[in-house]
Amino acid sequence: MSATVATARYTRKELTADHPTWCPGCGDYSILSIYFKLMEKRQIPHEKITSVAGIGCSSRFPYFVNAHGVHFLHGRAIPFATGISLSRPDLHVFVFGGDGDAFSIGGNHIDHAARKNVKMTYVIMDNEVYGLTKKQTSPTSPMGFKSKTDPTGAVDHPIEPMKKLIAGGATFVARTHSHLPNHVLEMMEQALDHDGFSVIECLSECTEFFPGAFDSANPRKGGTFQLVPPDHDVTDEVAAYRLAMAPAPGYFGVFYQVQRPTKNAFELKLITDAQSRAGSAAVRELLQKTFQKFS
Amino acid sequence: MKNDSARTITDAVIRFAGNSQDGIQAIGGFLARLAGRTDKDVMTYMTIPATISGGPSIYQVRLGTGEVLSAGDDVDFLVAFYQHSYENHIATLRDGGVLIYDSDTVKPDPDQKRYRAVGVPISSLTVEAIGGTGKDKGKNMFVLGLVARLFELDDAKLEGMLNAYYKGKGDDVIRKVVGAFHAGFAYNLGQLDEHFEFKPSDKPPARARVVMDGNQAIAYGAIAAGVRFGAGYPITPWSSIMEILRSELPKYGGTFVQAEDELAAIAMACGASYAGHVALTGTSGPGISLKSEALGWAVMAEMPLVIIDVQRGGPSTGLPTNVEQSDLNIACFTAHGDAPRIVVAPANVEDCFYTTFEAVNLAREYSCPVLVLTDQAIATRVESFEMPDFATFTQDIAPHFDPRGPDYKPYANTADGIAHHAPPGTPMVDGKYPVVTGLEHDESGHPASRPANHVMMVAKRRRKLQVLAEKLSPPAVYGPAEGDVLLVGWGSTQGPIREAVEKARAAGESVSAMHIRYLMPLQPGIGEIMDGFHHVFVVELNDEGLYGYGQLAALLRSRYCNDKIRGINKTDGLPFKVREILDQMHRKLTGREAAGEPLAVGGDEGGAG
Ligand SMILES: Cc1ncc(C[n+]2csc(CCOP(=O)(O)OP(=O)(O)O)c2C)c(N)n1
Ligand code: SF4
Ligand SMILES: [Mg+2]
Repeated sequence: MSATVATARYTRKELTADHPTWCPGCGDYSILSIYFKLMEKRQIPHEKITSVAGIGCSSRFPYFVNAHGVHFLHGRAIPFATGISLSRPDLHVFVFGGDGDAFSIGGNHIDHAARKNVKMTYVIMDNEVYGLTKKQTSPTSPMGFKSKTDPTGAVDHPIEPMKKLIAGGATFVARTHSHLPNHVLEMMEQALDHDGFSVIECLSECTEFFPGAFDSANPRKGGTFQLVPPDHDVTDEVAAYRLAMAPAPGYFGVFYQVQRPTKNAFELKLITDAQSRAGSAAVRELLQKTFQKFS
Repeated sequence: MKNDSARTITDAVIRFAGNSQDGIQAIGGFLARLAGRTDKDVMTYMTIPATISGGPSIYQVRLGTGEVLSAGDDVDFLVAFYQHSYENHIATLRDGGVLIYDSDTVKPDPDQKRYRAVGVPISSLTVEAIGGTGKDKGKNMFVLGLVARLFELDDAKLEGMLNAYYKGKGDDVIRKVVGAFHAGFAYNLGQLDEHFEFKPSDKPPARARVVMDGNQAIAYGAIAAGVRFGAGYPITPWSSIMEILRSELPKYGGTFVQAEDELAAIAMACGASYAGHVALTGTSGPGISLKSEALGWAVMAEMPLVIIDVQRGGPSTGLPTNVEQSDLNIACFTAHGDAPRIVVAPANVEDCFYTTFEAVNLAREYSCPVLVLTDQAIATRVESFEMPDFATFTQDIAPHFDPRGPDYKPYANTADGIAHHAPPGTPMVDGKYPVVTGLEHDESGHPASRPANHVMMVAKRRRKLQVLAEKLSPPAVYGPAEGDVLLVGWGSTQGPIREAVEKARAAGESVSAMHIRYLMPLQPGIGEIMDGFHHVFVVELNDEGLYGYGQLAALLRSRYCNDKIRGINKTDGLPFKVREILDQMHRKLTGREAAGEPLAVGGDEGGAG
């Protein structure tokens, strides 16, 4: 469907767009930088890099990447990306967004993209707070978190992202921490190579409204970054769920990965089967034939 | 089996009244298709219960030689399967009409002289013909046979159609279907002592005719126009469009996705349009409310997008299987902010094909969302029309990825204001790539909230539609261009309005009609046309509103500051009868309404839940 134009090798310089408008120290910078690194390393043709986002601080991501990108609606980046993915098999779409975008307003979409196994990579930049709207409780905020909507501390039990993602049927589920760039890169690269719906929960500190949220997993702040045990079987859903049950700050790495045919593949098969049944007739003839049945 | 005594007629309204499981839609469907193959025009009218199984159901077919404009106010032939069918529908039978009833189940009033009643033991003869105890099954085919006999229809052709249609269902089914049909055809309607024959048409059509419903015409119109991606969520009466596209698009290399909800459906469509296609989504009732936010995004991002709204009764879940034209306001104005979009409405089933085709091209050309406002009445009724000329009405609109730039500005503030996108996959020669956003942006697509920029961009998005409006031609006037009364309509009411004009003119009244196809932007010349008449009535299937006129009337009033504009409205969930239009017109003209005389509400079906 698309013309391939040989483009010169690019570096992060060509990928850099506006200077990010994030606050100094925001965890999101590191994720952007690793995205550049990933592209630099893998050299996905420049014109085919496609980044999609919803609304939130994290969702401003596409503006900072000099490549095709979209800033869509709050919570609807996943179905938007589904439209791209299913109609453009030549592209690998990356989706970026926050915890509110993913698990509150857009919560239903993840499960459907996951169960359908629509090919794309979704990086959820979880800061456990609403950043853009300036410190309201998010669906991942811990109990007791003091925000503008919970001045005396959050009272609602938070969503547990890894449980939801595994239970939703995602075929690649990983967890990482923006303070550990090498690990983020490793997860993103595996996600890119996964044929299906790959999702990464990336803890990303909001220095403005929830500073120190993830220190307990940051070795430089005296925390422990606990990797998924080497003997963990990533195809074992129950084992993955058990990892997801670990108390904060939990494990990091690939929790779950299985191969399951993608929706993209199923839809393509519908097309090839239908077209082989219909023969090589032109559109006009196909319609003519169909309309004859109505006469 | 020619009957020498057959009386020649030009037009017959036949109503089948039973329960939904009796398959009376199938009788209507076969009659319609037969008529379509025999140079007769046909329009059907159908009410189905909102519940899936059981419940009263009717199917009305109007067959005629020449153009059939409406489903017919009064019934010439009523076929009643049950006592309740008889009781609920006998009032619709015209004086001197024919009641055919199942004498096994129906006891009509023995003393009446108003119509002719013919009892046929439909249930028992069907069981006799095809055996078994399944009394509900097969009665429809028996009745089809009866009707074929009554109207001297081509039974061989019909039988061929039955065989072709039920081919896949196995020999046993075909044997039963054909057996019941033969039994009905062989039955001697001795009591009636009269047969009817349609006058042959004097001008046979240039191309073959097809018979389909409005939703089918929309689905194929989209395919012909090159739509290769769509997404939707099931809701009555939109669902059959997505069902057709889901099964048909793969043949054309396309995909239709059943989304998790309407928000996702329109988001997927926006995504595919961003990816370079012209994507389609659609819905009915509550679903259109859900699509508002993304529609606004498509206006802001200037994305081509086709949205089909098959209107039903509202608000909320409302009347799922009834017709209303009450989504005009939401179609024209939904989404926050100043959000200009294009709204078009097909006038009949054939027009569904062409309007959808045009909608795709308007979306491409003006790079914005286009709403196609159809409704439950067109969606479910079957009409015959000439096969489209597919040499003209097919097109390839696959995306292109030729390099763009340098200085590529998707939103350049040009005279026509139209955006030009570079979908992903497009190399940018100066290495600067676009981000498409719902934030206000400058000409290159960069977020920009400067006041002067917003002023410029709001005007640019509006200007596109003004450019389109200038290219549109004024609506045609049906009847003389000047006179006493102008009836204004849009969408599915075109047929009954035209028939009302015919009737009024035949009675010596000076009445014309104007049908508005482009609701946003409005076609030019509407004001001048209205100036040619003393009275202007906007006929719409929606409420008369707080101030005495409906949604299009309000739009026209705000556009033309013309207080001559009044409304002819109704909200009983059923299509306009010709009589209802004329009654309201007369009441308003003679001041009877102002005198407080109550309006006779014409809904004989009482809606269907
Ligand atoms: C329909 C809608 N509702 C509300 C908002 C306002 N809003 C914008 S971003 C946001 C939450 C952002 O939180 P999150 O997704 O966690 O992203 P973060 O800013 O923390 O990265 C909200 C409520 C909106 N843009 N659209
Ligand atoms: S508010 Fe928080 S999430 Fe947003 S940019 Fe600032 S630090 Fe980052
Ligand atoms: Mg957040």
